[in-house]
Amino acid sequence: MDTVLMMSSARVAHAWLTEAKYEFLRLLRTPSFALPTILFPSMFYILFGVLLNGGSRRGYDAAAHLLASYSAFGVMAPSLFGFGVVVAMEREHGLLTLKRALPMPPGAYLLAKMLMAMLFAAIVTLLLMALAFAFGHVRMPPGNWIALLTTAVLGVLPFCAIGLFIGTRVGAQGAPAVVNLIYLPMSFLSGLWIPLQFLPKFLQQIAPLWPAYHLGQIALSVSGQDGDHRTALHAAVLAGFSLAFFALAQRRLRRAG
Amino acid sequence: MTGSTVAQLEDAVKRYGAVTALDGVDLRVRRGELLALLGVNGAGKTTAVSLLLGLQRPDEGRAELFGLDPQSLDARRRIGVMLQDATLQAVLRVDELIRLTSSYYPQPLPLQEVARRAGIEELLPRRYGKLSGGQKRRVQFALAICGDPEILFLDEPTVGLDHGARTAMWKSLRELVARGCSIVLTTHYLEEAEALADRVTVLARGRIVAEGSVDEIRAHVAQRRIRCVSALSADALRSWPEITQVRNEGERLEIVSDEIEAVLRRMLAADPQLRELEVRRAGLAEAFVEITTDAEARTERKEAA
Repeated sequence: MDTVLMMSSARVAHAWLTEAKYEFLRLLRTPSFALPTILFPSMFYILFGVLLNGGSRRGYDAAAHLLASYSAFGVMAPSLFGFGVVVAMEREHGLLTLKRALPMPPGAYLLAKMLMAMLFAAIVTLLLMALAFAFGHVRMPPGNWIALLTTAVLGVLPFCAIGLFIGTRVGAQGAPAVVNLIYLPMSFLSGLWIPLQFLPKFLQQIAPLWPAYHLGQIALSVSGQDGDHRTALHAAVLAGFSLAFFALAQRRLRRAG
Repeated sequence: MTGSTVAQLEDAVKRYGAVTALDGVDLRVRRGELLALLGVNGAGKTTAVSLLLGLQRPDEGRAELFGLDPQSLDARRRIGVMLQDATLQAVLRVDELIRLTSSYYPQPLPLQEVARRAGIEELLPRRYGKLSGGQKRRVQFALAICGDPEILFLDEPTVGLDHGARTAMWKSLRELVARGCSIVLTTHYLEEAEALADRVTVLARGRIVAEGSVDEIRAHVAQRRIRCVSALSADALRSWPEITQVRNEGERLEIVSDEIEAVLRRMLAADPQLRELEVRRAGLAEAFVEITTDAEARTERKEAA
């Protein structure tokens, strides 16, 4: 008896959501991932945006500026670590092979990790916003808050792609180091820790090379800070980074698995 | 119902660089049968399974599942898999892992039924990472059967299981086969193949060197062995032309021969006090060793020539 079993689209959607739900639960239950991801941006914000805030000068409002740049910074960790380190581990430990043999719907693996990164990015940003509102006395029109949150959630995409690329290239042992080597210097060089205008001229000039710079500029612009307001250009650059790294990773995944 | 083919390799060749892992293998898995794949490490068992699972493509020949490309989703929705070294998500609970894997299938079994069949009811609320090696194997088995598959691929399923758990898994496997599920089993435990398999395929150096029922494989070996306690010395026995091999095991002798009846008559005549006599046909283990060493020797001769 040969019965051809069809999956209804509702059942496929259920599989995607189940995958995403457990991916999120799993990372939430991994303190070495969840705690730094969620707490570091908030800790930095309390330190530099609230306690050591020298007030506004030269049109620079630290509390509002750092809300935008730390949001961009906070987006990178769940995407880079959630893809880079986790994919490297799952590739090396055979879970990816098992999932390729199982009838997991195509795309569910990556989609689940992407939704997980978006959810973490939203949590990080909402926490920063609460701190900024309550202790940094940041006031913006409602549209700016929403635009900043949206920027953070969509901003995971290029870093997911970069993380995926790292995860397909580097072993489980090396992946955390590689991710940190990219994540921390790039945050600094993109002006996410210290505003670019306070960095040496040379570093300001090369900043457009880093994807984090473009996300930072969008975050500043949409929250009414001194970004250059060329949001469409920055978004296009980020989309380019996303597509390029995703394509490279896909090629690699298809070949090696 | 047996007969219809659910999975097959046709003249499959797979190379890794200069090494030929599979060298023209034909393999057919029929509905409702348990096929055991035997072979030493590097014989090509895992490669054969990964071709059938669509994890790799054959360089030559074909691999099919239900007449479809093994990579197609329609084919994969009808299979269950237990791989040898897959590390599952340690921080997820067992019931969560089953729900996740079940979500991939069109008509999965209910959670409690999966747990019952795999004997892991009491493990459901525990985190996977906290389980012992044997418990993890049973959970992996649960994930393999949760989609109610028509064919099950099990790579060394009982490694690390204690005696009770192994017997329980054997029972589950027999139940599955009785329901019409096909099973492809790779194993190091020959008694496992002996206890479960309808058919055995022995691989050596990427080729099939023997296939058939357990009895047919055993019959490849004409040798039988005698165990007894006797006054005759091992050294004296070694000079008898009919005897292939003599070993001392404590006070017992173990004698291997192709002409066991002749040896017995001679021994009983020479030592009227001979006692505790046992005569055994070769098990699958002996057959396996003989078949694979023969195959190795043939290949070496061929390579030398």
